[in-house]
Amino acid sequence: MALLEIKGLHAKVGEREILKGIDLTVDRGEVHAIMGPNGSGKSTLAQVLAGRELYQVTGGRVTYDGKELLEMAPEERAQAGIFLAFQYPVEIPGVSNMYFLKAALNTIRKSQGLEELDAMDFLNLIREKMTLMKMDQTLLNRPVNTGFSGGEKKRNEIFQMAVLEPRLAILDETDSGLDIDALKLVAHGVNSMRSNDRGMVVVTHYQRLLNEIVPDYVHVLAEGKIVKSGGKELALELEAGGYAALGIYDEAETVGKP
Amino acid sequence: MTAATQQTGVWLDAFTRQKAAEAWIMELRQAAFARFAELGFPTTHDEEWRFTNVAPIARAEFAVRPAVGRAVGLSTSNLEEARDILGKHASHQENAFVALNAAFLDNVTFIRIPRGAVMEQPIEITFDAGEANGHAHHPRTLIVVGADAHCTIVEKYTGSGSYFTNAVTEIVAGDGAVVDHYKVQLEDESAFHVATLKTTLGRSANFSTHNISLGGALVRNDIGATLSEGTEAIINGLYVVNGTQHVDNHTTIDHAKPHGTSHELYKGILDGKATAVFNGRIMVRKDAQKTDSKQTNKNLVLSDEAVINTKPELQIFADDVRCTHGATIGQLDAESLFYLQSRGIGKEQARNLLTYAFAKDIVDRIKVQSLRDSLERVLFEKFHEYSH
Repeated sequence: MALLEIKGLHAKVGEREILKGIDLTVDRGEVHAIMGPNGSGKSTLAQVLAGRELYQVTGGRVTYDGKELLEMAPEERAQAGIFLAFQYPVEIPGVSNMYFLKAALNTIRKSQGLEELDAMDFLNLIREKMTLMKMDQTLLNRPVNTGFSGGEKKRNEIFQMAVLEPRLAILDETDSGLDIDALKLVAHGVNSMRSNDRGMVVVTHYQRLLNEIVPDYVHVLAEGKIVKSGGKELALELEAGGYAALGIYDEAETVGKP
Repeated sequence: MTAATQQTGVWLDAFTRQKAAEAWIMELRQAAFARFAELGFPTTHDEEWRFTNVAPIARAEFAVRPAVGRAVGLSTSNLEEARDILGKHASHQENAFVALNAAFLDNVTFIRIPRGAVMEQPIEITFDAGEANGHAHHPRTLIVVGADAHCTIVEKYTGSGSYFTNAVTEIVAGDGAVVDHYKVQLEDESAFHVATLKTTLGRSANFSTHNISLGGALVRNDIGATLSEGTEAIINGLYVVNGTQHVDNHTTIDHAKPHGTSHELYKGILDGKATAVFNGRIMVRKDAQKTDSKQTNKNLVLSDEAVINTKPELQIFADDVRCTHGATIGQLDAESLFYLQSRGIGKEQARNLLTYAFAKDIVDRIKVQSLRDSLERVLFEKFHEYSH
């Protein structure tokens, strides 16, 4: 049984159909990259998998570990081991990073029949993961993402992922807005979590992240459908010829060109 | 018989049966009661009371009990010294509730901080109505802070049953004084609470007040601060109402002299069929050039039936000033909820956490740690936070 199996997934926001029949299978130990121009539906797919109510699923089926994913509430999905690293991490003033992460970790542990971590064990775990992400300890006592720079927010997402140790990690444009040093750091965090029992879906517009996180499979999404799938060399093809080489219109590529 | 005379009749008996006091106090009581008889309780036809109907107080027949203020941190001073100050800042001329309070003047909690004194420990004044069903009490506090003195004052109001607290507090801060004031209203949810706070602040004085309103069936706060040259004032508040609770906060910040600064932040959380009013008046007088004033009122409305009326009232007569104001009324942010849920936190808990975070913004500004801690606990329980 595959870890994640998506069949004919359709979704819309308001009256606008965004996903128009997605088929994708992700197994344990695999890293799948999903590439595509802006507006192709990449982020929608990521958010639908995490359970964002903004999007209405109008057709298709998704199973995760044999369970009907679309019937689960967002928190149930997280408790079952799904993690979404947000493209735009949300600022939550008044809730400290530490409190938030402890509540999250212990809720997830409890749902899995594990004991809650006490303050000491939690702190030890946190310190280890902070070192991995080269994060400043003071970030722990600050409100979630509030006043963080773009890079700090993205690092915080991967830090949370390292603490929560999901079984399916979905990274939504984690590379956007990062300079090369921050990108390497984030990629290092992600790579250290690659394992035989964990699947990953890496959503990105650009190939450069995939130099650092080398995928097993690459899928190209355009207008709500996967139009091409291949190995990691497909990303390089895109890098060389752009989306246009595949006959896909990309707004970002035409900007600034004569 | 007019409404005013009818209401006066209800209180007259208790008024005449009061224990005698010094002549000047008797005089003050007499003048105040006469004024109350003239004014009668306000109705919703009065602009100032448009959204707060005090008919349940006007109709009721309360038995008057002396108010007992328990002050911790300092002994109270001899009231004789307050003769020229008491009632000068919160005048019985202006308002029926202040008049009624002065008519029953007794047991004034009078605290005087000498010039230059620095009080390390907060002065806590607790008005506990106790088992007070059917009773009324009129707590009265006067705090006179000498020039360059520093102090922290915490007023607490508690009790149980359906009763009426009608409190008046006057704070007079000398030039260069630093005064942090907190008022925590934790009355019974079937109690009536009307409170007036009037402060007169000296030149370059630094004043802050935090008005935390959590209990009460019908609550009204009138807060007034008069600033002098270079005075800095922080006027903050938090109200949390549910069920059929009603809370009304009227604040008036009077920039009488140049170079004054006032920052005002009131936050409210409304659930159930609760109603709230925020009316923030800011006066900048002709002389008060270079005034810097900022007012913000933010409301979190958790149900479809709760109602908030918020209104800024800026009266600016000087031309070189900076005054800003803003009000928001909103619900819990869907994106924040989803973010918390996506990390495994259940929807109900996520809602509670975000609601708590909204209130915490005000609680975090409280400098007295023991008070901050106890309020955090109260709010935690209020929002059904799960225990760790």
